[in-house]
Amino acid sequence: MSGTEQPAEYSKRRGLLLGLYFIAMSALLWRVIDLQVLNNEFLQEHGNARALRVVEIQAHRGIITDRNGEPLAVSTPVKSVWATPRKVLSSGHDLAQLANYMNIPLRELSGMMEERIGREFVYLKRHVEPALAEQIMALGIPGVSVEQEFKRYYPAGEVAAHIVGFTNIDDIGQEGLELAYDKWLRGTPGSKRVIKDRLGRVIEDVESIKTPSQGKLLQLSVDRRIQYLAYRELKSAVNVYGARGGSLVMLDVRTGEILAMVGQPSHNPNNRSEMRTELFRNRAVTDVFEPGSTIKPFTIVAALQSGIYSPKSVINTAPGYFRVGNHTISDHRNFGSIDIPTIIQKSSNVGASKIALSLEPEMVRSALAHVGLGNPTGSGFPGESAGYLGPGPYWSDIEVATIAFGYGISVTALQLAQAYLVLAADGELLPPTFIKQEFPVKGKQVIPARIAREIRHMLEAVVSNDGTGGQAAVRGYRVAGKTGTVHKAVGGGYSEDKYISLFAGMAPVSDPRFVIVVSIDEPRGEKYYGGQIAAPIFSTVMQGALRLMDVPPDDLRQSREAPIVAGTRGAQ
Amino acid sequence: MEKRTVAQKLHIDMPLLFGIVVLCCIGLVVLYSAGGQNLHLVIRQAVIMTVALLLLFLTAQINPYQLQRWSIWFYLLGIILLIIVLLAGYTGKGAQRWLNLGLFRFQPSELMKLGVPMVMAWFIAGSQVPPNIGRVLLGCVFIIVPVLLIAKQPDLGTAVLVGAAGFAVLFISGISWRFIISVMVLIASAMPVIWYFMHDYQKRRVLTFLNPEQDPLGAGYHTIQAKIAIGSGGLFGKGWLNGTQSHLEFLPERSTDFIFAVFSEEFGLMGVVLLIAIYGYVIGRGLWIAMNAQETFGKLLASGLIMTLFVYVFVNIGMVSGQLPVVGVPLPLISLGGTSIVTLMLVFGILMSISTHRRMLSSQV
Repeated sequence: MSGTEQPAEYSKRRGLLLGLYFIAMSALLWRVIDLQVLNNEFLQEHGNARALRVVEIQAHRGIITDRNGEPLAVSTPVKSVWATPRKVLSSGHDLAQLANYMNIPLRELSGMMEERIGREFVYLKRHVEPALAEQIMALGIPGVSVEQEFKRYYPAGEVAAHIVGFTNIDDIGQEGLELAYDKWLRGTPGSKRVIKDRLGRVIEDVESIKTPSQGKLLQLSVDRRIQYLAYRELKSAVNVYGARGGSLVMLDVRTGEILAMVGQPSHNPNNRSEMRTELFRNRAVTDVFEPGSTIKPFTIVAALQSGIYSPKSVINTAPGYFRVGNHTISDHRNFGSIDIPTIIQKSSNVGASKIALSLEPEMVRSALAHVGLGNPTGSGFPGESAGYLGPGPYWSDIEVATIAFGYGISVTALQLAQAYLVLAADGELLPPTFIKQEFPVKGKQVIPARIAREIRHMLEAVVSNDGTGGQAAVRGYRVAGKTGTVHKAVGGGYSEDKYISLFAGMAPVSDPRFVIVVSIDEPRGEKYYGGQIAAPIFSTVMQGALRLMDVPPDDLRQSREAPIVAGTRGAQ
Repeated sequence: MEKRTVAQKLHIDMPLLFGIVVLCCIGLVVLYSAGGQNLHLVIRQAVIMTVALLLLFLTAQINPYQLQRWSIWFYLLGIILLIIVLLAGYTGKGAQRWLNLGLFRFQPSELMKLGVPMVMAWFIAGSQVPPNIGRVLLGCVFIIVPVLLIAKQPDLGTAVLVGAAGFAVLFISGISWRFIISVMVLIASAMPVIWYFMHDYQKRRVLTFLNPEQDPLGAGYHTIQAKIAIGSGGLFGKGWLNGTQSHLEFLPERSTDFIFAVFSEEFGLMGVVLLIAIYGYVIGRGLWIAMNAQETFGKLLASGLIMTLFVYVFVNIGMVSGQLPVVGVPLPLISLGGTSIVTLMLVFGILMSISTHRRMLSSQV
């Protein structure tokens, strides 16, 4: 046998085979050209559509500082772990380690995933430390991802909790100034294009589409040092007297800035588990109370403005009580015939009522309205209360008589502080603000400066051995103020043994710088007078603030005397 | 007797060896990228290639005359092993293809890629050429029996390869056109019957081939992703290690059957043209060897074997670029995996044997 019998047919067939080969290869090549050159753009687009993603870049929330730049709220970067349950479960990956890292039982984890199998996005754990998130991602479980978030941290904790407020887990303001200035604090998230793999992991940043604009800084008027001092004093007083609560407001007389505002009970905004809504309230702006005797200076303002009375006018308060209709107005003892400064110094209800009844009701009302009572202060704090000035101008006699010493109307601690600021600022009304003011603020003249000064001198007499507020004194400084001890209104009448103890005052009298209002709700025990409970708190906080703010002493006479210990001086 | 070079003494066909080594090198480079830059994987593949090359040298030493004598026995051994696989084979990925030999798993169907063209060449060379109609029909039985056994496993890709190699030998032997045309008509009319006997997954693949976008997340996913990867490459490619479809794990089977997509994405049309040219060079050299073989057996066997390689390349690139249904055929010498490389090296070994032994044979005759 031999292979060369029919060479012609062989080579023909081989030629055919070779031709077939070229045709087939050309077909393949044409196909590749078709894909790579003719359809290149379309397919590249599809490829990019599978890999290129636009993701959000979180903008971090602006920090909140006190007036000196000390942080009150800062954002720290944290990670949140999320999953697509369907991907996780279908991967068949062992979840034991994941459950371990997240500190939950394995059964609970897989049960939760099965329950939410239809969801594309389920948070496994919010706000974990970046190191833990890295460990979780190192497990390489398909469908488990991590996203960047920010957690709010409040360095001042419960001390500034009521003013600063807090955000929810999604970094949105919920209470306090975090809520009021949410737009300002919240930045605008940016976006960028990234390459993601099939499992959704970011492989590479391609380009930035929009840079995030970070949240802006919010500098408060509050001074953290004074805030701490005020908080410490208020909290210890509330504890010592077993009170239900309390608040303190301190204003800068020149600008209306709120230098300190504290409340009790408070809460720690860093610990979400202990948050109870009744603790969130910033009592100084949301809670109203009847101001009691602290309103008397404004009754006197109305009297002096009327021209009927002068500071030397004498009122007969004997025998210590008088009747208005069916009601009896009484002092706790018979002061006899006394002049107006003495009515303030001794806090005579009868004297104040008799003066008010002799005036047009509208005059009393406008004196109160002009110093800001009955209207929101304009501080912009969420949930601020307007207080209550009654239905006027048609006040009845008994209404006028009781309003004269602070019953039948209601105010917030901030409103009361604003009203006292008018007396301190020579009759100018300044809206209180939480934001640091860079320039001096010009107020609105609502009381003649002369009358404001006269009232200040009357109030200075209160803070003396003969007055009700002796314990408010500060060594080296002249202090003016007024005590208040209010029977709490309960169910249509007034309680015999539930009080609010108040003190509102200012210092130094020669050129007032600060106004402080202290209110203690329901002190329990033998002491309940404003001069016993609220005045000492005022004294300590005012003393600290004057020293911290370098205010020169204006009472050289007192500074040469022996040291004065708060609480040992004049009694009620 | 003329002076013989060292290569000829060692029975090495240098042009063919050159093509093979170039393909192996390209394979390792692409594999490094497709396998996620896993050096370990590449080293293992290089070791397999080296061992397979040694097998190539050993095979090349065997005289074609010996091969001719062993053909029928080799073929029968293959048939028996295929039957054993069907009865007691190891099942993996839904198909019963492997025999577990303890040390390694072994696919008898791979043997038939050699066995069928060998037995056909032996059968036809043993009588007049071209064969008469009776012998052609008998030859068809030699081809169809293993093809059916392999298709039953099921392993459509290998069945196609084995069948193509067998029929290539028949075609080369010069059977009449009338016969070829009537067989084609027969096959066309048998299509519906074949469809009826096909496995569900095979039917699905054919349907998906016809319209891949119909099921983009399921059966069509492979094809669509591969097309996107190839298309993304453009004229010059994205560069080595820069393919996104493959590296981001969108592309399945990217280091095995679909490695061509990775190659295309990273090296573009220029790379593809070069790769197809190298395959063309190797296949062309194989055809040259077949043409210059002096024995009928050698001519027929070389033609059949080179047909195997051609079908390998064509089916793989065709399926990855979405022109053919997805059947599990690797890209020769480039895809990850030892079995096909060993088989291909044996094929090249036999081609070299035919190429380098011819003068010796002619001197014996």
